[in-house]
Amino acid sequence: MSILVDEQTRLLVQGITGREGTFHTEQAIAYGTQVVAGVVPGQGGSTHLGVPVFNTVEQAVRATNANASVIYVPARFATDAILEAIDAGLSLIACITEGIPVSDMLIVKHYLQNKSTRLIGPNCPGIISPGKCKIGIMPGHIHKPGHVGVISRSGTLTYELVWQLTQLGIGQSTCVGIGGDPIIGMQFIDCLQLFQEDSDTHAIAMIGEIGGNAEERAAAYVRAHIRKPVVGYIAGQTAPPGRRMGHAGAIISGGQGTAAGKMAAMEAAGIRVCRSPADIGHEVAATVQMLAAKGGER
Amino acid sequence: MKIHEYQAKAILAEYGIPVPKGEVAKTPAEVAAIAQRMGGRVVVKAQIHAGGRGKGGGVKLADTPSQAAEVGAQIIGMTLVTPQTGPEGRLVRQVLVEEALDIARELYVGVTVDREKNCAVMIASEAGGMAIEEVAALTPEKILREWIDPLLDLRPFQARRLAYALRLEPPQQPQAIALMQGLYRAFLDKDCSLAEINPLIVTRQGQLLALDAKLDLDDNGLFRHPDLQELRDIAEENPLEVEASKYRLNYIKLEGNVSCIVNGAGLAMATMDIVKLAGAEPANFLDVGGGASAETVENAFRILLMDPHVRAVFINVFGGILRCDVFAQGVVQAVKKVHVEIPVVVRMEGTNVEKGRELLQQSGLNFIVADGMRDAAEKVVAALRSGGGRAA
Repeated sequence: MSILVDEQTRLLVQGITGREGTFHTEQAIAYGTQVVAGVVPGQGGSTHLGVPVFNTVEQAVRATNANASVIYVPARFATDAILEAIDAGLSLIACITEGIPVSDMLIVKHYLQNKSTRLIGPNCPGIISPGKCKIGIMPGHIHKPGHVGVISRSGTLTYELVWQLTQLGIGQSTCVGIGGDPIIGMQFIDCLQLFQEDSDTHAIAMIGEIGGNAEERAAAYVRAHIRKPVVGYIAGQTAPPGRRMGHAGAIISGGQGTAAGKMAAMEAAGIRVCRSPADIGHEVAATVQMLAAKGGER
Repeated sequence: MKIHEYQAKAILAEYGIPVPKGEVAKTPAEVAAIAQRMGGRVVVKAQIHAGGRGKGGGVKLADTPSQAAEVGAQIIGMTLVTPQTGPEGRLVRQVLVEEALDIARELYVGVTVDREKNCAVMIASEAGGMAIEEVAALTPEKILREWIDPLLDLRPFQARRLAYALRLEPPQQPQAIALMQGLYRAFLDKDCSLAEINPLIVTRQGQLLALDAKLDLDDNGLFRHPDLQELRDIAEENPLEVEASKYRLNYIKLEGNVSCIVNGAGLAMATMDIVKLAGAEPANFLDVGGGASAETVENAFRILLMDPHVRAVFINVFGGILRCDVFAQGVVQAVKKVHVEIPVVVRMEGTNVEKGRELLQQSGLNFIVADGMRDAAEKVVAALRSGGGRAA
């Protein structure tokens, strides 16, 4: 098993004909993802990379039974693309686009309430269940099917961890890049819950960073609800306050959102927190070995 | 993006929010002329992109135009150090000259985004005039909040609730409600990440005014506000950061001497962390983006070498879609072109990493090739300790 995406996922690509859309759709198809439709207003009726293109998400879903969407649409059109995908009732949307205004995301979050759609991102690498389905911009070949669930606010830092794991012979059940913006769809807690319920996930690695309090809330959730071992790391231990560190959401403001605070909260919740990004893979490996020795829960 | 107080007040005035009469001056003579025109006492306020100006001597009262000129001469050209500027301070290039008012009460009202509740929140407090974070830490009971539904805006009943809680007199309540609704509209219309009036004063005559104002703009929203883009004051930014922004490089200057070139923001922060863990200090945050081309790397080198403190360079790249061999070629080209004379430690991982390392080693340049992040950080520190200066 895995969470959210697998062999059954039927993917629709919004913005399939653009440079990013084209490149990453080729990669997804090569990885084995079922890409069933593309959506580009004005280009309905054509075919791109062997995939039928539709004018609207609604038409694409009706014709192909797509159940997930990935969005490679420029920031100024991406909000509308997300809303259109929610409206069409897709169960999963991954928005890769960076640069969506926060005020737009507040509307999106409002529209998502009481809907069954799950949104990943924006400003994220996407989601992959190794060997089954790849949605987004992560390099597929660094992954390996297995039993560690990965949740992260970062892109390349996630690849770094995944690569460390794969090199150590440790596979992943699903890796979710939840995104680096202040307002995002799925949060750590949503993913933690799904990984707890997934019998194929034996341990969880979470990579947070400075800004906001999502890690603190996740720590409280882990303490209360997660019975699987969790390894964590927080990027930005040396980041100065008041500066946005690349990601729109990575900012320490008014003394809130520091790495130290997050690490303390996570440690207090029993999460094994690594100080060095070079140690995360080994820490997960040690955890997995201990788990095998004990044969089960933490 | 940050803007100046006078710019923020001009925007708030468009939304019907009362602000003191005032004008901007760049010379003491202009300060005197404005004071003359306004008549009576004035306040001269340094315009820099940092708070806490009063504590550093950046806000002063003057009774007469000649006194105003004197005060203006003290403030214009001073290097103002406040809790928010860091020890190096900020050069004051202009001042806002405003009418002085009789203050009866100092309140706080602001709007920001609540990242936990996924909506905007209006915060109000009777404890105006001090940093709201301090109020929240010391006297959390003095912080009032109204969360705002994006489809409903700030409703009158919510503003009323805040106005009552602020213990405003009945004649001031309609003023307060209009002001709060205007503040929220400004926050929304201008794509702000923060809109703050601190202090919001009540004068002895019973009038509400925004004595100080701060608007921080969401960079992601700027594409729909060409007029607001014009308000950017690059004199307030670090010159290297300004230069980097021309090439869409995400660069933040720090105090250390190990410069980092990294693809991806999270990995860039992690690289700074590991430099520190190894016993050195990062000189910068630099995310060159996922697709780091030769040109991007060249620009990155040029900019980070402008920082005279830099003694070594740490390149940390995870090659996923970007292949390590392609990236290595770019690094070789860039180093040849830019003439880098300090040690360059390269750590690459991912696709075609062996080929990439080979290219670096065969380049005839003196790269220090590392295996893994820890090894790289240790090699950077070793290079620093051996005095650097080796030609790459």
